[in-house]
Amino acid sequence: MKAFLILEDGTVFTGTSIGSKKDMISEIVFNTSMTGYLEVLTDPSYAGQAVVMTYPLIGNYGVTPDMESKRAWPKGYIVRELSRVPSNFRCEGTLEDFLVAQDIPGIAGVDTRALTKILREKGTMNGMITTNENYNLDEIIPKLKAYVVGDVVSEVTCDKSYVLEGDGPKVALMDFGAKNNIARSLTNRGCEVTVYPAHTSAEEIINSKPDGIMLSNGPGDPETCVSIIEEVKKLYNSDIPIFAICLGHQLMALANGGKTYKLKYGHRGGNHPVKDLSNNRVYISSQNHGYAVDASTIDASVAEEAFVNVNDGTNEGLSYVGKNIFTVQFHPEACPGPQDSGYLFDRFMDMMKEVQ
Amino acid sequence: MPRIKDIKKVLVIGSGPIVIGQAAEFDYAGTQACRSLKEEGLEVVLLNSNPATIMTDKDIADRVYIEPLTVEVVEQLILKEKPDSVLPTLGGQAALNLAMEMEENGFLREHNVRLIGTTSQTIKKAEDRLEFKETMEKIGEPCAASLVVENVEDGIAFAEKIGYPVVLRPAYTLGGSGGGIAHDLTQLVEILENGLRLSRVGQVLVERCIAGWKEIEYEVMRDGNGNCITVCNMENIDPVGVHTGDSIVVAPSQTLGDKEYQMLRTSALNIISELNITGGCNVQYALNPDTFEYCVIEVNPRVSRSSALASKATGYPIAKVAAKIALGYTLDEIKNAVTKKTYASFEPMLDYCVVKIPRLPFDKFISAKRTLTTQMKATGEVMSICDNFEGALMKAIRSLEQHVDSLMSYDFSHLKGEELLEELKVVDDRRIWKIAEAIRQGISYDEIHAITKIDKWFIDKIAILVEMEQKLQNETLNAETLKEAKRMEFPDSVIASLTGNTEEGIHDMRHANGITASYKMVDTCAAEFAAETPYYYSVYGSENEVEETNDKKKVLVLGSGPIRIGQGIEFDFCSVHCTWAFAKEGYETIIVNNNPETVSTDFDIADKLYFEPLTPEDVESIVDLEKPDGAVVQFGGQTAIKLTESLMKMGVPILGTSAENVDAAEDRELFDEILEECKIPRPTGGTVFTAEEAKEVANRLGYPVLVRPSYVLGGQGMQIAINDHDIDEFIGIINRIAQDHPILVDKYLQGKEIEVDAVCDGEDILIPGIMEHIERAGIHSGDSISVYPAQSISEKTKQTIAEYTRRLAKSLHVIGLINIQFIVCGEEVYVIEVNPRSSRTVPYISKVTGIPIVPLATKVIIGAKIKDLGYTPGLQPEADYFAVKMPVFSFEKIRGADISLGPEMKSTGECLGIAKTFDEAIYKAFIGAGIRLPKHKNMIMTVRDEDKEEAIEIGRRFVNLGYKIFATKGTAEALNNAGVKANAVNKIEQESPNLMDLILGHKIDLVIDTPHQGAEHSKDGFVIRRNAIETGVNVLTAIDTAKALASSLENTDIKKLTLIDIATI
Repeated sequence: MKAFLILEDGTVFTGTSIGSKKDMISEIVFNTSMTGYLEVLTDPSYAGQAVVMTYPLIGNYGVTPDMESKRAWPKGYIVRELSRVPSNFRCEGTLEDFLVAQDIPGIAGVDTRALTKILREKGTMNGMITTNENYNLDEIIPKLKAYVVGDVVSEVTCDKSYVLEGDGPKVALMDFGAKNNIARSLTNRGCEVTVYPAHTSAEEIINSKPDGIMLSNGPGDPETCVSIIEEVKKLYNSDIPIFAICLGHQLMALANGGKTYKLKYGHRGGNHPVKDLSNNRVYISSQNHGYAVDASTIDASVAEEAFVNVNDGTNEGLSYVGKNIFTVQFHPEACPGPQDSGYLFDRFMDMMKEVQ
Repeated sequence: MPRIKDIKKVLVIGSGPIVIGQAAEFDYAGTQACRSLKEEGLEVVLLNSNPATIMTDKDIADRVYIEPLTVEVVEQLILKEKPDSVLPTLGGQAALNLAMEMEENGFLREHNVRLIGTTSQTIKKAEDRLEFKETMEKIGEPCAASLVVENVEDGIAFAEKIGYPVVLRPAYTLGGSGGGIAHDLTQLVEILENGLRLSRVGQVLVERCIAGWKEIEYEVMRDGNGNCITVCNMENIDPVGVHTGDSIVVAPSQTLGDKEYQMLRTSALNIISELNITGGCNVQYALNPDTFEYCVIEVNPRVSRSSALASKATGYPIAKVAAKIALGYTLDEIKNAVTKKTYASFEPMLDYCVVKIPRLPFDKFISAKRTLTTQMKATGEVMSICDNFEGALMKAIRSLEQHVDSLMSYDFSHLKGEELLEELKVVDDRRIWKIAEAIRQGISYDEIHAITKIDKWFIDKIAILVEMEQKLQNETLNAETLKEAKRMEFPDSVIASLTGNTEEGIHDMRHANGITASYKMVDTCAAEFAAETPYYYSVYGSENEVEETNDKKKVLVLGSGPIRIGQGIEFDFCSVHCTWAFAKEGYETIIVNNNPETVSTDFDIADKLYFEPLTPEDVESIVDLEKPDGAVVQFGGQTAIKLTESLMKMGVPILGTSAENVDAAEDRELFDEILEECKIPRPTGGTVFTAEEAKEVANRLGYPVLVRPSYVLGGQGMQIAINDHDIDEFIGIINRIAQDHPILVDKYLQGKEIEVDAVCDGEDILIPGIMEHIERAGIHSGDSISVYPAQSISEKTKQTIAEYTRRLAKSLHVIGLINIQFIVCGEEVYVIEVNPRSSRTVPYISKVTGIPIVPLATKVIIGAKIKDLGYTPGLQPEADYFAVKMPVFSFEKIRGADISLGPEMKSTGECLGIAKTFDEAIYKAFIGAGIRLPKHKNMIMTVRDEDKEEAIEIGRRFVNLGYKIFATKGTAEALNNAGVKANAVNKIEQESPNLMDLILGHKIDLVIDTPHQGAEHSKDGFVIRRNAIETGVNVLTAIDTAKALASSLENTDIKKLTLIDIATI
């Protein structure tokens, strides 16, 4: 069946329908990872977006148990080619069947490179996937322009708190749309992790007397998370060691007077070099963010820049002055992507030990 | 970290002659590195014995020494040039081994010269089997159960312990020389003995066999600050058991999930960090397809063939970055030259699929075994890029130039059921064709996988291609199917034959339906950033990205495709120089080529690079888009020449010598007319199509005769026939490959062979020098030792040669280069071959005469006259030194190949000896070719009757050098009768002790064995020569070569060589 990808600038790509046949409208973003399509699909940070994979051959190893959350989150999925016969010793099925089961509409056979170039030149924009051959651009484009990602954190966070057993430090993990490997990285280091819904009050967290607090990644525009930012400010004042990733990093900056802004087309992939300014070492990182912290808005007496992106100089991490708080924009939990910055979890462990 | 300030003068060591396992990739790496060093204002001294390379040009380095790669030479050079640093990691194993020797013997320390790039401790940790294993154990990286042995007994004991089959890998050898898989005791002993001998340190690793696991490679970079990245990973379609150089390889890996990908990536980074490598490194893994278990197979602490492939596959210039790292820069300080926005610390992301297929030499070595093992056999490779795997595979297949253009090109349909399954078990270069046939016959993926261990994902891709073949064959062709077939890169010709159309018909149908190729950019970043380097590949069904350029005149330079015997790196040298010369004249340059190992496919050589097959259809798509003002075909060997006619049909003017005149040189009758007109004699002969006609001509001329197909390269299929039986056999062999052109039969003249390259502007010619072959006519010019200036011909003959060259060039209307081969018998000069194009000897003669022939020819092609270029037309004055070009062979790599020399070319590379005296020049050339004598001072002589008289003199000279001669009965008798002491030994079919025992006794320096001509080569001689080669004994099969060797040994001492800076010539 034919499918169409319609962008808000009026560009239309024709391809083959994959996954669900329903229509969808969302923000369109591209990811340059060559492996890890399942981790991408199950990363809650993609809520409200449709993902274009720039690598043309997707689904080669089928569906494996590498899920980063309980379901797939993107509103749509755009690929050059979906593999017909996947092959891997852990393969449980095809990606096509998975998309159908998850009710995610998608399109294959798209010139994903041409599409990526449009998004690169014009910036992230909204789009629609439809199987309706009689689409009417005049009707659709205003709808596309009107689309906003909205409060997606509430959609992706857990309903109630739960505990992952461990006999080491107790960590409170704020789930703004956390990837499983954040909790796993902590439990693998012996932590007992309590996962809290995004809207849990700071008091409740502090009263549970955790040894450390972890602020997770998550979807959407950080500035819209007004109430959460209030709570994060209270956590900041608590003196409990805090480690934050991605959205958590942005919320902590916003809680301390910093500003965030939308990147032209974001950083999504597994190849971005970030420099640790404490030792000038460069690490290849896994990234997935459309917004960034404007380092110039951070009061030097509050936080220092700890990491920068080697390519475009954008902020990749902050270290809070006089506090046991450090936050990063990239994803040390990897999955997908390089594991080079996994040492940051060790740094967090050391921080919690020192405070004890 | 800024660059280390006290590095001012660097010695770069190259890799020497092209041999199997060490090919053009090191010219590419070395050239890129030298340019990168010079960019930093450093003085670069270069040492490489290979004159065909671009890196040995005075444009590339400040001081250029084309001298043998031995420790003695490097040490003398260091004393002479006093560099402060040596960079050994860009010249392959050869350079690394030299650096290690100088480090171990204390020379570098004593003279305060440092190794940059990577330290000797690192090299040792990575290369010494035992140290490597210990290092891996220390950091918890698994290796297959293994033991380093130094004798056969220990090997047997260990193999019994871990169980057969076992893999054997000798330490410090090229391309896995001497390695293999042993399934039982007999095989173990055979391979192990050989491996122990070939290893520089007498060590062989005996290892658990992990054949059948996935073979995965990572290319890793690390700087002095400890930052590391992976440039690329690659997956071998052929699982572990086939050398990666002989495997079909795809980049990036296709069947690895992120878990497996990152697990191995992290491991590779751990390894490069623990080894403390600064620069590039290659890590090879075996990955169990059914678990997460993996083993580290090997680490190369240097730039390698795989890193050349990774560079071309991603656009990331590994050698350039490695050179900058050696100077102290860190990855985040080095700009990505492709995007000019990102840095070298950015990992490339591909948005396409790359396929590499090895170019195997079985078309040259018909008697050789086609099976592929852990010992590399490929002479070169092709690479292709597409946005789908099927398309990349189809493009790579037709890039091979081996008469293959689809998965139907090798026909296995005569094998049914069990027979086919049996054939599928044979691991050779035709495996994907067998799999395609198995799919056609309905054999299940599971069964194919069970036999081949090739991943089902790849099997399915082959099946998709087979399904398309069937669809084309069985259904009426419509635009939709055509579009889909083109997306998978089916050539028009294949679609035509499957659908019963003509190629033109398909071509027209495509254009009528708007189905044309478009081009995408290789930008290292999957379009995330705008890139500035125009490096393109074709796809169907996508948007075109090439920006139109019209501001300058445009020239299309056609490259020479994969390195193969007969068409080597020389043509890349010519293509690159021609491109540079056009650029200097203000042209926009466009290169089309498909060889990932070469300099010409580096992203900054031409204004635009199209990484594409060199077929008429693929070139036409580029022409349609670029509309070049002209094309140059005379520099890209036979590959480019073959495209001449098609280019003319496309309306592209051929710059330089016209197509008709190229034809005239190949067309026998036209050529005879021209010779007659010019009053130039040639050996009499005739043109035939059948064996009957050939025999008739041969009998008229009288045997021996030379039989060869026209339009061939490197004398392919050329043979000397001494009787009718030979003719039958040879014509049979020639006709095995499709033959559109006639076969030539000529009277065979045994005289001196002379060769000239000349530039002609239509009126005047410029001959830089006359080269003479040491071996008499009958041995392919590429396999002969070539001497400049010619030694044994008179001044009058030289003038005759110059005059004939002028007449021929003029009457063939040559504009550009011409290569002519002559035979001189007494004072008579005959023409035997004319090639109105560049030749194998162009780089060599350019370098030793200091006359830049390719740039001159290019200027002439554009319209300049020789007189205006600062040269007096005619034969140029001779230099006051001697230069010897010595062929180098890779016989030890090709089991079963006959090593005797004849009209068909067999050498893979060449080296140069240059000196003030002839004896020193030829001595250097022999040393450069790896013939280091004397050692044991024992030799074997077995010569045919015609050579006995000359053999006596040679024998006498070797006896005077202290040699003990062993000879077969006839030869011994002749020697002894002449008063040259020789010990008679039994032939191999006679009882022990016989010749074979002597050879296997490892005490023989040299075998001089001149085989009989004709097809009836004695089986005896073949076995002697093969065994000698496989045990590392030097074998000479031409009496003239033996004579030259004797002179060189009589007169020269390795410790007292004079080193000549080519840049001053």
